[in-house]
Amino acid sequence: MDKKTQKRIIIDILLVIALFAGLYVMEKTLPRNSMVFPVLKKGAIYALLAVSMNLLNGFTGLFSLGQAGFMLLGAYTYAILTIPVQSRASVYQYYDGGALTFALPPWLALILAGVVAALFASLIGFAVLRLKSDYLAIATLGFAEIIRAFVQWEAMGPITNGSNVLRKFPYFRSVLVPFAVVGICIFVIVLLLNSSYGRAFKAIRDDEVAAEAMGINLFKHKQMAFVISSFFAGVGGALFAMFNTTVIASTFKSSLTYEILLIVVLGGIGSVSGSVMASFLYVAASEWWLRFLDEPLFIGAFQVPLLKSGFRKVVFSVIIMVVVLFYREGMMGKNELSWEFIKDRLGKLKNKLKNIGKKKVKAEAENE
Amino acid sequence: MEFSKFLPYILSGVSVGGQYALMAIGYTMVYGILRLINFAHGDIFMSAGLIMVYLATWLPIYVAMPLTIAITVAIGFLVERIAYKPLREAPRMSIMISAIGVSYFIQNFALYLTGGLTKQYPEIPFISRTVEIFGQRTKMVTVITPFLTLFLVIALVTLIKKTKVGMAMRAVSRDFETSRLMGIKINSVISVTFIIGTFLAAVGSMLYFTNYTGVSTISGSMPGLKAFVAAVFGGIGSIPGAVIGAFVIGICENIIKGLGWTTFSDAFTFALLIVILIFKPNGIFGEANTDKV
Repeated sequence: MDKKTQKRIIIDILLVIALFAGLYVMEKTLPRNSMVFPVLKKGAIYALLAVSMNLLNGFTGLFSLGQAGFMLLGAYTYAILTIPVQSRASVYQYYDGGALTFALPPWLALILAGVVAALFASLIGFAVLRLKSDYLAIATLGFAEIIRAFVQWEAMGPITNGSNVLRKFPYFRSVLVPFAVVGICIFVIVLLLNSSYGRAFKAIRDDEVAAEAMGINLFKHKQMAFVISSFFAGVGGALFAMFNTTVIASTFKSSLTYEILLIVVLGGIGSVSGSVMASFLYVAASEWWLRFLDEPLFIGAFQVPLLKSGFRKVVFSVIIMVVVLFYREGMMGKNELSWEFIKDRLGKLKNKLKNIGKKKVKAEAENE
Repeated sequence: MEFSKFLPYILSGVSVGGQYALMAIGYTMVYGILRLINFAHGDIFMSAGLIMVYLATWLPIYVAMPLTIAITVAIGFLVERIAYKPLREAPRMSIMISAIGVSYFIQNFALYLTGGLTKQYPEIPFISRTVEIFGQRTKMVTVITPFLTLFLVIALVTLIKKTKVGMAMRAVSRDFETSRLMGIKINSVISVTFIIGTFLAAVGSMLYFTNYTGVSTISGSMPGLKAFVAAVFGGIGSIPGAVIGAFVIGICENIIKGLGWTTFSDAFTFALLIVILIFKPNGIFGEANTDKV
């Protein structure tokens, strides 16, 4: 390791410490009910969900739409395992207190949430990973729907509470916990992507036939990407459950998958940092900055037209369509946010400004 | 179990099957030509329902019906021109994402218009009438749907087999590039495909929503997915296949409901899809196609 990389790593670690210190200070100083906290929490959780989807769609080229199903598995696993024993009677009121008579500590349940999602993914993977692009999409979407029907089944009631809501499970009040969990998960994904496995994933994405000819075991690597992505989707689902403080199957419809997919597209298909930035931007805009679009606005006696409940989402869909049609690369394309990237962009910007300046001078000279 | 107990379920299965069939044709034709799962098709189906609701409030029903069809067809045409045409040369994933984006937009726009309320569907006089068949009371629409579906399918197949446009459509779905070289105007063929698809979806929506109390913003997505499964079941690209698939799904789904497994009626469709994809990926009537490197 040369001096330069060493220095970089130290700077990165310092940045992470600064981020957490900043969050801590914010929690201590800002009022409890500030909009900042739910936005940060949800943004972080969406970041993990988007990155895990990107691992599959952007880095391995497998167009899967099963995200909501794996999130559901994670959320249900977490909720079922952690509801305190004394609260079970009131939560499972239609099922005599449910079948489980123990509760696990949240940390263990969080990991198990990922494990359960990953197990299901490995089973499903055998069946669907042979399918080609759009068939794979529709098959994974179908699996997500089947899972959703299954947990709502009456016979599963003593475990999943049927179509009733699960609640009273422990959750974290602090913003720091989701940030820490999400940070660790994304760090692991980045390590994986930079390993030889990650390079194999990218090779499969770029050309399946060529990758196979180079000796990459297609099924093994696809299965691996699918299982790992689902693991993190499960963990993300558990965090999402904590954020909502309740779990109900109807949250995890295909529209949730689409939402995450659109975030991935906004950030750039194939860019981890793009997904993270897009998640925070998306959540902040939809939950906070664009809220005013939903409120009727009066300037004197004049009511600004169009503004009413739901307009925010219309504006949002238009923005997303514009990105999909005209900026197919999204925010980052396949690039990652790094010091080189920022330097590069700044350099380009400088050149552009210089050129504009030159043109002006030229134009002035010609005018004279 | 006796037959008469299942009769109402089979009847409504045939009816729903016909309505799915009208949608499934739109999926199978678009997929045949563009290799695109048109995720927005179900939402266009839903918007046809909403347009009807709004038009029927200030127009007589017999004016509102053709107008609804005309507006829906215009929407289908515009969606193709705006969201799919610019992406002709793009990777297939992009155009699919664009379709999901359109679906997201239509749903949100409908949410904005309706304020999230379920809108009462107007009563279409003739087909909402109650009739008695095999001793079962049911709506006229149940009887009409299969016949109307068959009529439209025969008309469509004749169009594809006998006319010049139909020949162009077959050529484009066989080989996109070559038919372009042969002087076929690809863009107009694709537009015609979308126009036919949305026309059938609009007719289907009138039959479908007559059976239900109202239209909500998401009432298109599930029938849409089921119609797509029907298209895959029959072999994507094949119109008779899509129709048969749709009837199979409609009837099975209702029998499952009759057995008291309503929770699984949606899941069944997807289980069927996965079984088909694994064991017979080209469907029952589909042609085997090989991948060229």
